Amino acid sequence: MSRINSPAELEAFRKGILSKRDPNKPCITLCSGSACHATGSGEVALSLEAELEKQGLSDQIEIRKTGCHGYCERGPITIIRPEDISYFQVQPEDVPEIISETVKGKKVIDRLLYTDPETKENIVKESEIPFYKHQERLVFGSNGSIDPKSIDDYLAIGGYAALQKALYDMSPEGVLEEVKKSNLRGRGGGGFPTGRKWEGSRNDPEPIKYVIVNADEGDPGAYMDRSLLEGNPHSVLEGLTLGAYAIGSHEGYIYVRQEYPLAVENVLLAIKTAEEYGFLGKNILGSGFDFKVIVHQGAGAFVCGESTALMTALEGRVGEPRPKYIRSNIKGLWEKPSVLNNVETWANVPLIINKGADWFTQYGTEGSKGTKIFSLVGKIVNTGLVEVPMGMPLRDIIFKIGGGIPGGKAFKAVQTGGPSGGCIPEELLDLQVGFDELAQAGSMMGSGGMIVLDEDTCMVDVARYFIAFLTDESCGKCAPCREGLRQMLKILTRITEGKGKEDDIATLKDLAETAKEAALCALGKTAPNPFLSTLRFFEDEYEAHIKDKRCPALSCKALIAYHIDPAKCKACMICARKCPADAIDGGKNKIHMIDQDKCTKCGTCYEVCPPRFGAVRKISGEPVPDPIPEEERSIRKGKKK
Amino acid sequence: MSEILLQIDGKEVSAREGMTLLEAARGAGISIPTLCHHEKLEPYGGCRLCIVEVEKRGRTTLVVSCVYPVEGDLVVRTRSEKIDRIRKTLLELFLAHAPDAFELQDLAKEYGADKDRFEKESSFCIHCGLCVRYCAEVKQKFAVGFVSRGTKKEISFIPEIAAKECWDCKECFPLCPTEALQAAFVLTQALSS
Repeated sequence: MSRINSPAELEAFRKGILSKRDPNKPCITLCSGSACHATGSGEVALSLEAELEKQGLSDQIEIRKTGCHGYCERGPITIIRPEDISYFQVQPEDVPEIISETVKGKKVIDRLLYTDPETKENIVKESEIPFYKHQERLVFGSNGSIDPKSIDDYLAIGGYAALQKALYDMSPEGVLEEVKKSNLRGRGGGGFPTGRKWEGSRNDPEPIKYVIVNADEGDPGAYMDRSLLEGNPHSVLEGLTLGAYAIGSHEGYIYVRQEYPLAVENVLLAIKTAEEYGFLGKNILGSGFDFKVIVHQGAGAFVCGESTALMTALEGRVGEPRPKYIRSNIKGLWEKPSVLNNVETWANVPLIINKGADWFTQYGTEGSKGTKIFSLVGKIVNTGLVEVPMGMPLRDIIFKIGGGIPGGKAFKAVQTGGPSGGCIPEELLDLQVGFDELAQAGSMMGSGGMIVLDEDTCMVDVARYFIAFLTDESCGKCAPCREGLRQMLKILTRITEGKGKEDDIATLKDLAETAKEAALCALGKTAPNPFLSTLRFFEDEYEAHIKDKRCPALSCKALIAYHIDPAKCKACMICARKCPADAIDGGKNKIHMIDQDKCTKCGTCYEVCPPRFGAVRKISGEPVPDPIPEEERSIRKGKKK
Repeated sequence: MSEILLQIDGKEVSAREGMTLLEAARGAGISIPTLCHHEKLEPYGGCRLCIVEVEKRGRTTLVVSCVYPVEGDLVVRTRSEKIDRIRKTLLELFLAHAPDAFELQDLAKEYGADKDRFEKESSFCIHCGLCVRYCAEVKQKFAVGFVSRGTKKEISFIPEIAAKECWDCKECFPLCPTEALQAAFVLTQALSS
C-alpha cells in the first residue's frame, strides 16, 4: 500500500473499495467482541469457515468478524446480509443449518430469531428489536457492521473523511470552534466541555503539546470504551488526530489497560495500517501535518484513570495524582500542555467535524448534547451496551431498552457513574440522563456505568461494596482517602453485620465530608458518594440495620435467619438432602426444622424448596419461632396428624 | 519577581510570585498546621491538614495551602468551623495509628480531636512521606521508600542501601511525626543482621 497523498487520491481509493464491494453479495457478520467471544463466537467463526469450505462457498460468501453489537445478553450475534436477518445465541452446531437454510435457501430459522417477550412474535431485523429500536447509535452503530481489523471497512463507511475535511477545508481554529460549538462534554467522568479544554492547550505558547486517549476504563461492570476501541479503533484514532490538529500537537498517546488484550491488538493494528495509508505519521494526506500515536499499556490501577495519575504513569513513575492546582491542559504530560479525553469523547469528534455542530446539537438536552453509551448491567433482562440520546428518561433506558427486571422482581434503584457514583431510587426514574441532571440527583454520569438493583438488594451493602472497591483502589497518597475510606469501610461492614452503633451515621458523615472537601484527587473527592447517595434515599435501611438489627432486603447474612414454616412443610426431604451444613433435621413424613446453630445461611434450602410449597422463608429483625413439639412433626398421607 | 498582595485572616500579606499560601502565611506569622510539609522538600499534599478556605471572584473553595500558589486579591481564611471540623477528623484518623505521638497530641488538644474515635490501626506510620522524600530529595540516597500500594502502603528501608548509608546519617529520624520510622529502622537492622 502506498501512502495516500491528497484528497483526490483518498476519494479515488474510497471509490475503488466501494466498487469492489457488491452490496448484494451474501455476508455473514459475527460479533467478535469480548463478551460474544466469551459466549463462544470464536468457535462459531471456525465452524462457519469450515462449513463454507465444505460446501464450496468460501469465495461467494463473506464472513466478517465485527466488534460488539451491544446486546451481550444474547450473544453470539450473527447477522446475515443483505437481508439483515439477525440470529442470537448462535452455537457452532447451528452453523450448517444457517448456511444451507438461510444463506443459500433464503429461509429464516425461527428458533434463532429474537422473540418479543410481550407479543411473542419473532423479529427478523436487529433494528426492530426493542433493545435496539429505542437507541440512537451514532457513535456505536458502526461497530456491528465493520471488521475492526480492516481499515478498508472503515473507509467504506466514510472513515477519515472528517480528517480530510479538517486538513484541507478547515483551519485548526475552525476545528476547535466546531467542537466548542457542539458543546461536546467529556464522556469519561467529569463532563468538562471538550472544546474549552482544547482551547486552553491551543492558546498556551509552549510549542510541544500532547493529546491522550484515556482508555483506562476501570469501573466494575463497565465496558463501553473497551468495546469501542476493540470494535472501531479507527474512529478513536481519527478523533485523536483531529484534536491534535486543532491544538497543534504532533504526538499522541493511548493509555489502555493491559487487561484489554483485544483492544490493544486492534488499536496497534489500526495505527500500523493508518500509518501505511498516510492517515498518521509524517505529512498526513499530503497536508504537511505530522502526527504519531504511541500505545501505552497500563498495569491496571483504577486511580490511573484520573488524569494526572495517568500522566504520571505515562512518564514512567508511580501512578499517583499530582497535588498541584494547575490544569493538565496547561501543564500535563512532561509539564507540557496535554489534552486528555476519554475513548468515547474522541470517537464523537469525527462525527462532529463530518456532520457539523448543528447536526450534533439536535441530540440531547440543553446542558448535555449528543448521545451517551451506557453499560447496562445488574438485575436487568437485557444486559449490554446501549447508546441513547442525552435526555432520555432513566425509566425508558431500564424498561424499554433494558426490558425491566428479571424474575418478576421489583426495581429498587439504579447505580450510575461507576463506583463513586450514586444510587437513584424509583421515585426519580423519570429523570432525564445528562451530566447536570444526574449530579443534582446525587449521582453522576461518570463514564456511563448503569447497574440496576432489584428489591433483594440491600442498599447498605451496596454502599459497603463500592466503598470496599474504592478502598482497595485508593492510591494511598492522601489521608482523607486512604485513612478515611478504610474507616468508612470498617463502619459500614460493622453495620451490615448487625454491630452498628447509634453514632455511626454521624461519624460516616464526618468522614464523607473530609474526603469530599480535602482529598487530593477526583477519586478521593467522590469516593464517599456510594454512602452519601444511599443515605439520601435509603436512610430507613441504615436505621433498620443499626437500631432494629434488621436487613429490610433480607440480604445481609448476619441479620437474617432461615426458617421452615411447619404449616407449609410437606416433608419432601429436598432441602434436607441439599443442605451442605447438615443443619436440617427431619425425615420422610417428618416436618423439617433448621438447626440455627449449624446453619451457615447459604440459602440453598430457600432456593430448592419447591415453589408450590414455599415453606422456607427468610426472616430478619424478629426472633426465629420456637420449634414445634416433637409429637406434632409427623405427617401422614399428606396431612398433619 | 513581582510582589503579590493578598489577604490572610483579615491581614494584608505581601508575597512573591511562585510562593505557596502556606509560605506566605508563615512569612506573615500566621500559623497553619502541617504534618507532611518540610521547607527543603517539594510540596507533597498528603496530610491535607493545611487546608484553608480561599475566596476568589466571589467563589469560596477549600484548598491545601502547601500546594496552592499565591494570587493577587485572594482572600484566605485559615480557620473556620468547617476547616476545624475537617482537621479534627483528619487528626482522629492519624491518632488511630499513633495515639501517643506528641505532635499529634498537641494538635489534638487545639482541635478537640478524640484519639479513641476510630478503631486503632496496626501500623503507626501516617504516610507523611517525610523520611522517604528527605532521603530522596535532600540526601539522594533512596535508602527508604514506600512499598506496596494504597491502604497497604508502608515505608521500608532497602537493606543494601541502608546498611551502607544510614549509620552516619539518621537525619530522617527527627522528621518523623510519629516515631514510626525509628521502629522500622530498628526492625530492618534486626532483620538484616
